[in-house]
Amino acid sequence: MSTTTPERTRRRGELSRAGTLGSHGILIVASLIALFPIAWLVFLSLGPDSDDYLHPAGIWKKMTFDNYSFVLQHTGFFDWLKSSLIVSLGTTVIGVTIAASTGYAVSRMRFPGYRKFMWVLLVTQMFPIAVLIVPMYQILADLQLIDSYLGLILVYCSTAVPYCAWLLKGYFDTIPFEIDEAGRVDGLNPFGTFLRLILPLAKPGLAVAAFYSFLTAFGEVAFASTFMLSDTKYTFAVGLQTFVSEHDAQRNLMAATAVLIAIPVAAFFYLVQKNLVTGLTAGGTKG
Amino acid sequence: MTVAIDRATGKRHGDRAPRPGPGSRLKYAYQKHWYAYAMIIPVVVVLGVLVLYPLVYGLYLTLTDADSLNTARTIGVNHIDATYKFIGLDNYKDILFGPTSYDRFWSHFIWTIVWTGLCVALHYTVGLSLALLLNQKLRARTLYRLILILPWAVPTFVTVFGWRFMLADGGIINSALHSLHLPQPDWLESTFWQRFAAIMVNTWCGVPFMMVSLLGGLQSIDASLYEAAEMDGASPWQRFRYVTLPGLRSVSSTVVLLGVIWTFNQFAVIFLLFGNTAPDAQILVTWSYFLGFGQQPREFAQSAAYGILLLAILIVFTSFYRRWLNRNDQQLAI
Repeated sequence: MSTTTPERTRRRGELSRAGTLGSHGILIVASLIALFPIAWLVFLSLGPDSDDYLHPAGIWKKMTFDNYSFVLQHTGFFDWLKSSLIVSLGTTVIGVTIAASTGYAVSRMRFPGYRKFMWVLLVTQMFPIAVLIVPMYQILADLQLIDSYLGLILVYCSTAVPYCAWLLKGYFDTIPFEIDEAGRVDGLNPFGTFLRLILPLAKPGLAVAAFYSFLTAFGEVAFASTFMLSDTKYTFAVGLQTFVSEHDAQRNLMAATAVLIAIPVAAFFYLVQKNLVTGLTAGGTKG
Repeated sequence: MTVAIDRATGKRHGDRAPRPGPGSRLKYAYQKHWYAYAMIIPVVVVLGVLVLYPLVYGLYLTLTDADSLNTARTIGVNHIDATYKFIGLDNYKDILFGPTSYDRFWSHFIWTIVWTGLCVALHYTVGLSLALLLNQKLRARTLYRLILILPWAVPTFVTVFGWRFMLADGGIINSALHSLHLPQPDWLESTFWQRFAAIMVNTWCGVPFMMVSLLGGLQSIDASLYEAAEMDGASPWQRFRYVTLPGLRSVSSTVVLLGVIWTFNQFAVIFLLFGNTAPDAQILVTWSYFLGFGQQPREFAQSAAYGILLLAILIVFTSFYRRWLNRNDQQLAI
């Protein structure tokens, strides 16, 4: 911050010339670092041969979309897409539906056991996968749910539900309490207030929670790699690994698949990114 | 009918009912709070079934010698019953104090602590610097912000593969270093560089979240505080030290806690970057996964015991962290 030493003629919040240049310089470098690995992946996906990543200069001359058409036509791409969507959407729907009323309750009501309950929700956020993966595996094996979508959805719900409850609590906290009081004056009980007044107002918050849990389920690696055995049921996180085996690494196809996955997700992310953080830190930024 | 809507008062225990007799007090509490309990019941049930039950079951497994050879399994049409037996705390004893405890547990433990500390420190400092830069009146700052959150927008499992292309032996990073006549580390082979690469990639992945959260925190600091500080002749450093940092406190304490938990449990980066090729760069989480699922026979009991130890470490850390925050009169946003 030494570059932003104020001068007499400037108004508050405006920068000196050197400060502006310095800030732009750092931000440009940071942006390049943020952008480069993705851009590089896109670039490599255009090279037709699997070891093109070693001679990137050659790609300019033989740039082609062949990898993409191959991935779409001859690999399990659409199977993986289907699995990823089923599992992520299933998790999202269950997570948000179940968590919504809890988020409201912990946002508005102070009941005996409140702090303990919040503590439990926090603790479940920090479960290392290692804690649950072995018992979950055993339980799902007993229930014949290994290699089934339902099994994976249930596993993801163990993290998605407390997660959504946290996010939604943060959002409900930002809705004025006066609305609840108005509902009470009009004779609604808390369920009525929640269903008729708060839920409609909380749509953006619900969307953020849905999006967040969708992304978490979509990007999860460990459980998906362990519990999904048949290659038509792989999610993207697992399917992408199948391009690299010990003997043969089809890196060009892998790059193309990665781009096909990343672009829609990133685009979707940008649509909601403004709201994303408020869910997690709403309480904090208010204070 | 009494309705259980209270304002959050910030007080520790909310409001307490007045104290007539125990009987009517119970009735009053029930009337006052049954809504709350009814509303949290779905989550309580889900957590009980999907978290508590597996946890208890896992805890039991850690007291046995279960592995993939003696647990119940079905091969074709034959069902083989479980034959593992109860061995008490032997797994823990073996992990923590056994002859191989240093190679298997303590070395990974130390590396996990270093990994978590370094990653979170880097996330926080880089994230805060970028947030401070973006909080100025700058041309194109929205564009910068959009580009800078890109690493967060793309799923980790995708970006890690991108990094693998770059870090590979003849990949772009080493080519670039070669053309600059700098030494070319074998990123994916030697332990030191593996660790270095893992921290680098994880930092790249984790900075955007910190940056966006802290930017939100910065924007919520009252501008008049800065004006007042400037009137009093505070230098930029003093304004940062005495206005910005205190203003960020509650956001900071939250994101640092989340960062520690997430980094400690970070699975995808290390697992996908190295697979099984880097025994010494594994943190405890990936190491425990390796024990349970990355080798034959699968050592379920050992793996579960690691899991319980990890959870214990995190709970102890979080409790101390919260106590420390309370002592300094700060609040956790979550």
